[in-house]
Amino acid sequence: MQKRLVLDEEQIAITLRRFCHQLIENHDDFENTVLLGLQPRGTLLVDKIVALLKEISGVTVPSGYLDATFHRDDFRRRDLPLKANETKINFLVEGKKVILIDDVLYKGRSVRAAMDAMIAFGRPQKVELMVLVDRKLTRDYPIMPDYFGVRINTLESQYVIVEWKEQGHEKDSIWITEKDKS
Amino acid sequence: MSQLSTRHLLGIKNITQEDVELILQTAANFKEVINRPIKKVPSLRDITIANIFFENSTRTRLSFELAEKRLSADVVNFSSSNSSVKKGETLVDTVNNILSMKVDMVVMRHSSPGAPHFLSRNVKANIVNAGDGTHEHPTQALLDAFSIQEKLGDVAGKKVAIIGDILHSRVALSNIFCLQKLGAEVMVCGPITLLPKHIESLGVKVELDVRKALQWCDVANVLRIQLERQQIKYFPSLREYSLYYGINRKMLEELDKEIVIMHPGPINRGVELSSDVADSEHAIILEQVQNGVAVRMAVLYLLAGAKG
Repeated sequence: MQKRLVLDEEQIAITLRRFCHQLIENHDDFENTVLLGLQPRGTLLVDKIVALLKEISGVTVPSGYLDATFHRDDFRRRDLPLKANETKINFLVEGKKVILIDDVLYKGRSVRAAMDAMIAFGRPQKVELMVLVDRKLTRDYPIMPDYFGVRINTLESQYVIVEWKEQGHEKDSIWITEKDKS
Repeated sequence: MSQLSTRHLLGIKNITQEDVELILQTAANFKEVINRPIKKVPSLRDITIANIFFENSTRTRLSFELAEKRLSADVVNFSSSNSSVKKGETLVDTVNNILSMKVDMVVMRHSSPGAPHFLSRNVKANIVNAGDGTHEHPTQALLDAFSIQEKLGDVAGKKVAIIGDILHSRVALSNIFCLQKLGAEVMVCGPITLLPKHIESLGVKVELDVRKALQWCDVANVLRIQLERQQIKYFPSLREYSLYYGINRKMLEELDKEIVIMHPGPINRGVELSSDVADSEHAIILEQVQNGVAVRMAVLYLLAGAKG
């Protein structure tokens, strides 16, 4: 299968560090800010951002994992239902600035569902979206990221794969591949 | 796996171990949902569910209705006492009439064993058995297994004693199937007249002495004496039953270990459980009720998502 590298380990590390500095610029001392990683693939990313922010600014920003499976608009419309994951949020988002974090922004439907799920924890003051990869030509909903690592043109016939060392891969890397047609 | 192998939940016997595990995993997600400030998710907003109860129920019916509403389903309720069933309408006609009003799922309790199975062969909707006579009560078994898992970390390898009126209990049968699928050891205990013949052929231990059963088990699931189903006398008096099979604080204190006490409700206080046991820290009876909503949400959600 053809694979094309989008970001390598060094570029991902630089991107994460850039994210942190952008967040510090916009959120100052993070007094009223929380980070939510979207299940299943935004959770590792949110943990990395929290650790990096702690290293850079010494602040531990409250964070959690948000699962939007029960809020998706494709339930009963997919061949196979999606499996739910754990939602782990030990705070209310009422009046908070929330940063939703995911690895890839594709159609925007997951983010829409996530915003719906998030409202169950209160009315946030402001919501921002951070993604490593913005697939800009494939959006179904009018959703744009506030922070993105790389913006790429892809087709619906392609996958964007994000690999992490923590998940057993040799290196952190982001690839584009063709969907298997068989 | 993210899908059940069946589109009806008729009993535990005919679903797979993977189905049970998927339901329990999904129930854990829903337990988190029902503890949120906003306890509702929109998953079943395009689904209508009919709760058809031909037999009395408080907890199960409320629990199903809450589960349905927390999933945003539209709910219609039906009880046989004030319906055309009294005028001689058949079960299939009653249900088909309800379904022609565009109902997608039916939750049914019936006094005849096999009624939901019959229905599942004759109507198009997904059927959930909420108790059929003395046969099965699958969601109760699932919530019992979920409660054990939550309390003890795992069901596999645990010893569970089901104590009381096994003969008339649909909860007992569903529990036996469910716990065995999850790898627990099961014992039934009660007066010999209230134990079905050949029950040991289901692979359960049989014990007549409640003290020995308590000494053996990690979890005691205590059942109610179902006087309404008993056509003849199976034991001399409730007082005598309570004397020999009632569980009280003193018996638990005599054990050299901690055990978990469960009861599917309604409790006959002073008969199968004394009040000081029912209200003690050993009992997880109210947790079972809370878990019931989460488990039923999981069942309805997964059945609604099942294809075909």
